[in-house]
Amino acid sequence: MTAVHEFPMTRTCPFAPPSAYTEIREEEPVTRVRLPEGKQAWVVSRHEDVRTVLNDRRFSADRQHPDFPQLVPGFRRPDDERTMITMDAPEHGPARRAVLGEFTVRRMEALRPRIQEIVDERIDALLAGPKPGDLVETLSLPVPSLVICEMLGVPYADHGFFQTHTAKLIKRDTPPAERRAAVEAVRDYMSDLIAGKEDNPPDDLLGRQIVKLREEGTYRRPALAALGFLLLAAGHETTANMISLGTVGLLENPDQLAIVKNDPGKTLDAIEELLRYFTIVDAATARLCVEDAEVGGQLIRAGEGVLALGYAANRDESAFENPDALDIERGARHHVAFGFGPHQCLGQNLARMELQIVFDTLFRRIPGLRLAAPVDDLPFKDDANIYGLYRLPVTW
Amino acid sequence: MKIIADTGKCVGAGQCVLTEPSLFDQSEEDGTVIVLDDQPQGDLVEKAREAVHVCPSQALSLQE
Repeated sequence: MTAVHEFPMTRTCPFAPPSAYTEIREEEPVTRVRLPEGKQAWVVSRHEDVRTVLNDRRFSADRQHPDFPQLVPGFRRPDDERTMITMDAPEHGPARRAVLGEFTVRRMEALRPRIQEIVDERIDALLAGPKPGDLVETLSLPVPSLVICEMLGVPYADHGFFQTHTAKLIKRDTPPAERRAAVEAVRDYMSDLIAGKEDNPPDDLLGRQIVKLREEGTYRRPALAALGFLLLAAGHETTANMISLGTVGLLENPDQLAIVKNDPGKTLDAIEELLRYFTIVDAATARLCVEDAEVGGQLIRAGEGVLALGYAANRDESAFENPDALDIERGARHHVAFGFGPHQCLGQNLARMELQIVFDTLFRRIPGLRLAAPVDDLPFKDDANIYGLYRLPVTW
Repeated sequence: MKIIADTGKCVGAGQCVLTEPSLFDQSEEDGTVIVLDDQPQGDLVEKAREAVHVCPSQALSLQE
């Protein structure tokens, strides 16, 4: 048996998982790792096994449990601030369904004209600004942030405040006290905002939730504030990073970019492939085994932590032929970049819509777009639990 | 072939609707699957298989 790996592992190339992922998947696909606080956990690395763990009730998502494998020092949130991401069946389904109707494919399609407007305004701003321009600041961050703010009914004017705090939560080395302060600041902000909607609930997601939950007799302000926080944070940090990385991925693979430019009908395929290729939320899909289970021939006992490595799964050649190539025509829809099972990303179709409109519009309006710095010099988020770019200098 | 949908298992990811909107829709109320045509013919048979394959909660199955 090989030495126990330390976890999390850092990417050394922006276009590939940590090299140990390949080694683990090929040699010992379910293996033990040591977490930052010294505890051990299992990592699961094959596509089939990752899907099994994430869709099996013997693996719990209750990150409040003391044995849950934590990548950053956790702290217990009050029970009335729990959200669906920490819940298991049978509690999880109703919590998710309470808000799921807001994120259907049809609802996202209805947002298309407004998202297009936002994207066009941001590209106008990029074109009107200096060369080179920073894509992160002008496009990648503002687009999903404006969209989720409008959906929720959060004033975009406050984006500096919550972006600063959510950025701290994503960085691995933020000290625990600072992490806690950031959580409490955004929670209090959200709670005040929701309090202001209670008298006359507006027609936005938070207002509609107030009405719906009151009808059901289950409205609690702290729970809705926690949900609002979750949707706000998840709604901009993830898509923003995929916009930046996806742009780099396409610019660095001109043959693939040409396919999208020649046929916008291919953009959705390109997005699935880019999601697979970068898998920006990798080790967030942790679980706690609550009943002995065999995964990939390895017995995992109740009480042991499991990390389902989405990035290892998404480069598993038994699921994706020639997995290290960016190939938008491969048919990558079975990737696990949005996770798998009951907790699979709630906002995935919002993300797809935003990415589709951004890539189509960006390369149509600025066909000569190119990187203004060598890829190796770009500031990738090697220190964060959601991979991405801090800045992306582009010119045209 | 018949498409069987278990709305109790469905997590509303919408992957089936993206696969083939003429076979699947989602409830406006809670986002769960609505099968529009449970006996697909021709090219739609392959689409139904793809929807089963990408469904994250294995809420869809096929009765051959």
